[in-house]
Amino acid sequence: MATFLGIDYPSWWFLLIGGVFSGYAILDGFDLGAGAWHLFFRKEKSRRIALNAVGPVWDGNEVWLVIGGGALFAGFPHVYATLFSAMYVPFMLFLLFLILRAISIEFRSKEEMKWWRSMWDTIYSVASIALALALGLVLGNVLQGMPIGADKEFAGSWLMFLNPYAFLTAFTTLALFMMHGAIYLLMKTEGRLYTKLTVLLKRAIIAFILLFSLTSLYTLIYIPHLSDDFKAQPALFVVPVLTFLAIANIPRMAAKRKFKPAFFFSALSIALLLALVAIELYPTVLLSTLDPAYSIDVYTAASSEKSLGIMLLFAAIGIPLVGGYTYFVYKTFAGKVELDEMSY
Amino acid sequence: MDVEILARIQFAFTIAFHYIYPPLSIGLGLIMVIMEGQYLRTGNKVYETLARFWTKIFALTFGIGVATGIVMEFEFGTNWATYSRYVGDVFGSALAAEGIFAFALESGFLGVLLFGWNRVSSRVHFIATLGVWLGSMFSAVWIVIANSWQQTPAGYHIVGEGMEARAEITDFWAMVFNPSSVDRLLHVWIGAFLAGAFLVLSVHAYYLLKGKHVELSRKAFKIALGVAIVFSLAQLATGHRSAEVVAEHQPAKLAALEGHFDSLAVADMYLVGWVDKESQQVRGIKIPGGLSFLTHWDFEAPVKGLNYFKEDERPTALNAIFQFYHLMVAIGMMLIGLSLYAGWQWWRGKLFDQRWLLQVFVWAVLLPQIANQVGWFAAEMGRQPWVVYGHLRTADALSKVVTANQVLFSLIMFSIVYVLLFGLFIYLLNKKIKHGPGDHPMIDKRPRQRAMAEPRN
Repeated sequence: MATFLGIDYPSWWFLLIGGVFSGYAILDGFDLGAGAWHLFFRKEKSRRIALNAVGPVWDGNEVWLVIGGGALFAGFPHVYATLFSAMYVPFMLFLLFLILRAISIEFRSKEEMKWWRSMWDTIYSVASIALALALGLVLGNVLQGMPIGADKEFAGSWLMFLNPYAFLTAFTTLALFMMHGAIYLLMKTEGRLYTKLTVLLKRAIIAFILLFSLTSLYTLIYIPHLSDDFKAQPALFVVPVLTFLAIANIPRMAAKRKFKPAFFFSALSIALLLALVAIELYPTVLLSTLDPAYSIDVYTAASSEKSLGIMLLFAAIGIPLVGGYTYFVYKTFAGKVELDEMSY
Repeated sequence: MDVEILARIQFAFTIAFHYIYPPLSIGLGLIMVIMEGQYLRTGNKVYETLARFWTKIFALTFGIGVATGIVMEFEFGTNWATYSRYVGDVFGSALAAEGIFAFALESGFLGVLLFGWNRVSSRVHFIATLGVWLGSMFSAVWIVIANSWQQTPAGYHIVGEGMEARAEITDFWAMVFNPSSVDRLLHVWIGAFLAGAFLVLSVHAYYLLKGKHVELSRKAFKIALGVAIVFSLAQLATGHRSAEVVAEHQPAKLAALEGHFDSLAVADMYLVGWVDKESQQVRGIKIPGGLSFLTHWDFEAPVKGLNYFKEDERPTALNAIFQFYHLMVAIGMMLIGLSLYAGWQWWRGKLFDQRWLLQVFVWAVLLPQIANQVGWFAAEMGRQPWVVYGHLRTADALSKVVTANQVLFSLIMFSIVYVLLFGLFIYLLNKKIKHGPGDHPMIDKRPRQRAMAEPRN
């Protein structure tokens, strides 16, 4: 099997797709989180500032989801097909909220009527919360595994996706994004909104740490297969240790009102949490609860070596480009939000 | 209803709705690039005002395009899982390339295009506009390549058998330059340019009729008319090339387009007609031997008709395919006639003297939209019963685990959301048009307060 730097192509794709989804979680995570807070801001001006803090970038952030979806389709067609058809109803609702959120951002400021604005504000915020929960729900179910038959098809009912562990991961994800989003907004605001956000951030940090501890405990007790890799290779324990350190730095930096480093640490925490997920899963992607032999791993799911090789080349060319535009856009809009006639 | 028909309706509905917007983004992008280019070249503020105005409308179309586009990317996996397994190796790579090379460019620069007017120099802003436009053009490249591969597969081999079979890529460039991709791409691009140009023509014709924003509208109208003249004529050439490729690679589709039944006979071309499947006749106005001539440059040449193909290997919705195709061609001709006539009036210096012509342009915005839609319907319905031509049938491409009720639920959901979305789009578009390009865009911050303050003075 062809390798690059000693790692075979399917494993590269596992890393790459994981990297893209981490990028997505870090970027869309803060704008979903900011959206989740939206109704906490009472004043029209505060809401506009909060909305315009994500205004120029939310669209670019969603690109990472599009790239991730495309990469999954291309790299692991079986994972894409099995997961998306199994989770038909959750994904359709996800799409519904994604559309509603996009149009509420576009439309809220187009009219001045109070009912119009509060309607779109509510839709925007509810959709942001629902999307964060949905992402966590998918993650929780992928971690637990699902009934997959020998034919690689899902053999269950979608209602089984609504289980305690998935709810736990869903709310943990929401709390994580709200913490991340509050830090982002703190970098973009000043005055009373800023003061209010410092209070909200404290609550979010507490909620996240509680929910995260609960999820970790539940995982260790009820889903032992997820810690197998760590028991087998104790060196891997460095990842959870780093994760805890990164998370611990968030309140430390927030207390000093150093929100740029706080944002860095919350982004790092998201990346490390997803690295934990990746270690726990690899080489399996979709675990079958019927028979481990039916599980879909990176090798059974992968596209041909030729196709993976071509797309690795795409990634090598494309990712620096995407990084370049992202840097350019964030640099252009760095600093506190200023409203002008083109704002939302 | 069964899953297949529901899933097909859902796909057709969501893609048709989506396809209102990306062509507008591509077409408006081209015109915005021209406007900003003119501003950089001449320094005339009118062009900047125009570019800012069209950027706002662009933002509206782009936002809906993104939201409805993500639906499409998910739908392959949710509704067409078997298809996804079969084509992922080939189709997936085109889709991934679209994401990383095109969509990222578009969305990355979009923020600067929309919000960067006061933050970057006009030169950097022009580059951002160009980046967004090129990104939308590249999106079309990869999507049309993926779709063309389904029409005329190349650069692949089939691995495995029965339910395990799937296409794997053998030659990337052969896949990219499959027999139909270049001609279809040009056809799609130009269809998009026309959609954008006719929207600009419509809005500025409306202003001219109302006597508003006259100087600016005359400039914009001329830019868009130039685009319309060049590309409505060019569309004739790409359309002809596309038909030749269909004739060579998808003869059953070609037969369906013209309602040609006899298995090997001289084929006519219809201007208008009605296909009667029972009697295998088309009633209408025809050019005898026209299709033979167009495909072989010979009025006497035999062309394979529908009966040449096995009954389960040819499309069935014959009248719909025939009508959609003929409507597209008829609209193409109308656009050429209208553009050339207006161009002639322009040359005579009387372009803006004829109110009826401006009134026609106000409504002509619908024509390219309809042509783009029916053209795709003819292309996709003509491909049936195949989803990958000659290899995978649409009926075999579905998700095995998704039930009819689930699809019905999502279809109802999309229908409601999209109808609302369309209503809002039209409402806001109308509002932006009524508001018009601000001559002093910096001063319109709080129009309402000012309006209320005035009567007291």
